[in-house]
Amino acid sequence: MAIPIATLQTTAEELTAKAAIEIPADYLAGLEKLADIESGELSAFVIQAMLENYKAAEEDRRAMCGDTGCPRWYVKYGNEARIDGGPIALEAALRRATAQATHNIPLRPNRVHPLTRADHDNNVGMNAPEIEYAFHPDADWVDLTTVHKGGLFGTDYRMLFPGDGIEGIRRFFLDTLVAFGKRGLACQPAIVGIGLGGNKDTCMVLGKHAACLRTVGSVHPDPDIAQLEVELKELGNSIGMGAMGFMGSSMVVDCNIEAGYCHTGGMPMSVHMFCLSSRRATARVHADGHVEYRTDPEWFSAYSRRTTVEWDTPMAQAAE
Amino acid sequence: MTKTKLKTVTLELPASRDTLAELEIGTVVYLTGRIFTAREGVYKRAVEDGHGLPASREQMGSANFHCSPAARINEDGTLNVGAVTATASFRFAKWLDGWFELSGCNVIIGKGGMTSEIYKKSFVPANAIYLTTVGYGTGALLGRGIKSVVDAHWRNELGLAQAIWVLDVEKMGPFLVEGDIHGNSLFERENAKVAAGIEAAYEGTRPATMQRYGELDDKTKEVI
Ligand code: SF4
Repeated sequence: MAIPIATLQTTAEELTAKAAIEIPADYLAGLEKLADIESGELSAFVIQAMLENYKAAEEDRRAMCGDTGCPRWYVKYGNEARIDGGPIALEAALRRATAQATHNIPLRPNRVHPLTRADHDNNVGMNAPEIEYAFHPDADWVDLTTVHKGGLFGTDYRMLFPGDGIEGIRRFFLDTLVAFGKRGLACQPAIVGIGLGGNKDTCMVLGKHAACLRTVGSVHPDPDIAQLEVELKELGNSIGMGAMGFMGSSMVVDCNIEAGYCHTGGMPMSVHMFCLSSRRATARVHADGHVEYRTDPEWFSAYSRRTTVEWDTPMAQAAE
Repeated sequence: MTKTKLKTVTLELPASRDTLAELEIGTVVYLTGRIFTAREGVYKRAVEDGHGLPASREQMGSANFHCSPAARINEDGTLNVGAVTATASFRFAKWLDGWFELSGCNVIIGKGGMTSEIYKKSFVPANAIYLTTVGYGTGALLGRGIKSVVDAHWRNELGLAQAIWVLDVEKMGPFLVEGDIHGNSLFERENAKVAAGIEAAYEGTRPATMQRYGELDDKTKEVI
């Protein structure tokens, strides 16, 4: 049975509003944990104000942050899923939903032409919103996820080499946090996503996905990577820098790392900070048209992280 | 208002020099009165391209907010502002001298402040202070402080986001005094406190094998 395009469009509009207004529970819980042990008076005040801000946003149904960031889409297709009108119709529906929701909520029309600065006032334009795809075996649903990540600060890339080792990784991690943490340019405490390996472009994409498409508290299945996640989170919170760069201990709500096999001579690394407005929302649209909303994108799976040539793992494991 | 032991005041706009002189860095401020948004599009058009401002100082207010709101113009022409969040101010320094002269503002509101060097050069002669938003994502709280949307100037010329939105606000906040009337910066005071911790955190790290041109490696410095 093909999923009706109208269902996908209304779901996408609803997701845009949810992402803009409702702070995900996993991020909120992580932030509250940091707040409990924050001893810096100014940093604690900032977090307190943010907690009140999330409440105000939900009560008034208004955007939690005036800066919409860059709304974008992640689509995960079950291998058996069929959409009315196919992927072209889906892309049109996502663009329509973005424009419609921008007006209705309202969101700030953030997207402009990079040179002329022309603004369509609807967050839609050339290559915007971005739409990325993933696939999932043995499934007939479609997962729609929207992320509205703040745009300007907190991201960097560097080509490291195997000889740089963990010390080099720690250094580049600190460089990024300190550079963008001063004055709170990155609007920390943040979910810090790290891309390790791949090519330059995949390294950036993996790191961004790690920040925006994994939840606070999630753990990478590879034990070496999982250990580095813990270590870097502790390191970030031991700098002595809190919210807005004030003295304190609240810098990293969680550290998520995603890795890809890379050139044998290199060890590329990217760092991304998903801010105090860690806006994401997901919906699963089933083949019969019914819709389930959630805040965990479940973007990564045993399938997406597979290391073998063939995919023949039993279904139960594939669903993770 | 957010509960805190930090000193908290409500500032009525327009504010006199004497009132502003009493505000120390780190004070929590709520604003009542008229403010307007203006960022690079407005600065360039008003100061650099010589268009001046679209309305009188009384009509626009005496406090300039570096932001663009999440707003819409309804079908009947009425204006609706949902949330407001500041954008980083350090990028606008080059227009400031001309801007103070033109606008007569003595309160600048934004994200992240500017350097004390800029405060001393441009703010002190204009008897102006700098307030930073908090978080910075407190868009919904600030949105609640808007009593009415008075006007949106230059929306055709600059688009909705860059337009000048004139807002009447009541107890809008919280903000923090980042730059006082003497040009002191709260962030720079905090940077100095954090410096020792940064140095300790870097122990057990090593500089990258391959350097980059233009790299700043002194962690007591800022990238703005
Ligand atoms: S970085 Fe996040 S919290 Fe900060 S202004 Fe941008 S969207 Fe808002």
